[in-house]
Amino acid sequence: MAKGNVTINVERCKGCAFCVEFCPTKVLALSSAFNSKGYHSPRVVALEKCSGCDLCGMYCPDFAIFGWRIKEAAGQEAPDAG
Amino acid sequence: MSALPEIVNPVEPLLRTERMPHIWCPGCGIGTTVNCFARALLESQRNLDRVAVVSGIGCSGRVAGYVKLDSFHTTHGRAIPFATGLKLANPSLEVVVYSGDGDLFAIGGNHFIHAARRNVDIKVICVNNLIYAMTGGQTGPATPSTAITATAPYGCYEPSFNLCALAEAAGASYVARWTTFHVRQLTKSMGEVLRKRGFCFIEVLSPCPTLYQRRNKMGDGLDTMKFYKEKSRVRNGAPTSEVALTKDGEIAVGKFVDRERPDYIESMRGRLSEQLGDRYVEMECPVCQ
Ligand SMILES: Cc1ncc(C[n+]2csc(CCOP(=O)(O)OP(=O)(O)O)c2C)c(N)n1
Ligand code: SF4
Ligand code: SF4
Ligand code: SF4
Repeated sequence: MAKGNVTINVERCKGCAFCVEFCPTKVLALSSAFNSKGYHSPRVVALEKCSGCDLCGMYCPDFAIFGWRIKEAAGQEAPDAG
Repeated sequence: MSALPEIVNPVEPLLRTERMPHIWCPGCGIGTTVNCFARALLESQRNLDRVAVVSGIGCSGRVAGYVKLDSFHTTHGRAIPFATGLKLANPSLEVVVYSGDGDLFAIGGNHFIHAARRNVDIKVICVNNLIYAMTGGQTGPATPSTAITATAPYGCYEPSFNLCALAEAAGASYVARWTTFHVRQLTKSMGEVLRKRGFCFIEVLSPCPTLYQRRNKMGDGLDTMKFYKEKSRVRNGAPTSEVALTKDGEIAVGKFVDRERPDYIESMRGRLSEQLGDRYVEMECPVCQ
């Protein structure tokens, strides 16, 4: 089972792919869909590999994604990652 | 069913989210540095009411407008004098200068060296994208030799400043360089300078895909991040004379200087108390105490 998860703010994303490239376990890929500004935001392709390390969150220049550990969010339900 | 608390980005409380999305281009590194700065502030458990950010003018100078802290967007090149005044008037503040290589080292170069010489207790974070970005990508004091810029269509032929060597020679207490690829190390360095007294300097190499990388056929923001990853070598403690940057060569990163010197206020207090004895009385500021 996944130890972590990510929350993505699609509308803030500018599609730079820093998060996709530097996620150590390759959890993310750029989506083929566009956001309203015409950028491809990331989507989760391998949730089970997510550790919640938040490296994606540190790299994101647009504050559009962050990772979190399921244990730390105990009692809280995972928000929709879409 | 009771509403579950929403999981929010930990840096959100430190940002003026009503201004997002910000003006920075896709793949620009400035936002990544702000992300690291916000995390360093959170980890440092500083009283955020006591932290002030001062920026000059430029793309990097826009940082002051996006952090939810007391912040001041000053005139071009003058972030350091504003920050010095702020610190001297209210020494209990933690004053951070956040600006670009052009702002801090061209028009503001004199202020930089003298604040370092005096060891004013301010923390300077320089986002170095190697050009004047906001005005169209002209050659600046950090532009490496042979790089193509708006004002050097055949390649820059001026020698550039080695910012870290300059900071050390002028007297800085702390000098480090990272790139936007080094998010963990950069966050750690930012945390260190928040705890250190004296003039501290962090240079962060950051992509400007729109104006620097594009003209130099170096790809987009992601290509630049991969370039940083490939070219960087951690050289903590390296003599700053050996860490000059070139267009395509090795990028030395790390903490180069971490030393103790009396800061400006200590020096002033020491000298004046010695000379004036009881007649030296410090006034408490009625506004900010
Ligand atoms: C007194 C004055 N001179 C010139 C300018 C034009 N100007 C605005 S930003 C800038 C340079 C910014 O370069 P840098 O500090 O490297 O920031 P960047 O945009 O690259 O992040 C210049 C020359 C100005 N605003 N004010
Ligand atoms: S939290 Fe870590 S593991 Fe999960 S997507 Fe982000 S970088 Fe990858
Ligand atoms: S790092 Fe941020 S802006 Fe870049 S693709 Fe990922 S979510 Fe979008
Ligand atoms: S012009 Fe360059 S420095 Fe300015 S926001 Fe765009 S990428 Fe960033």
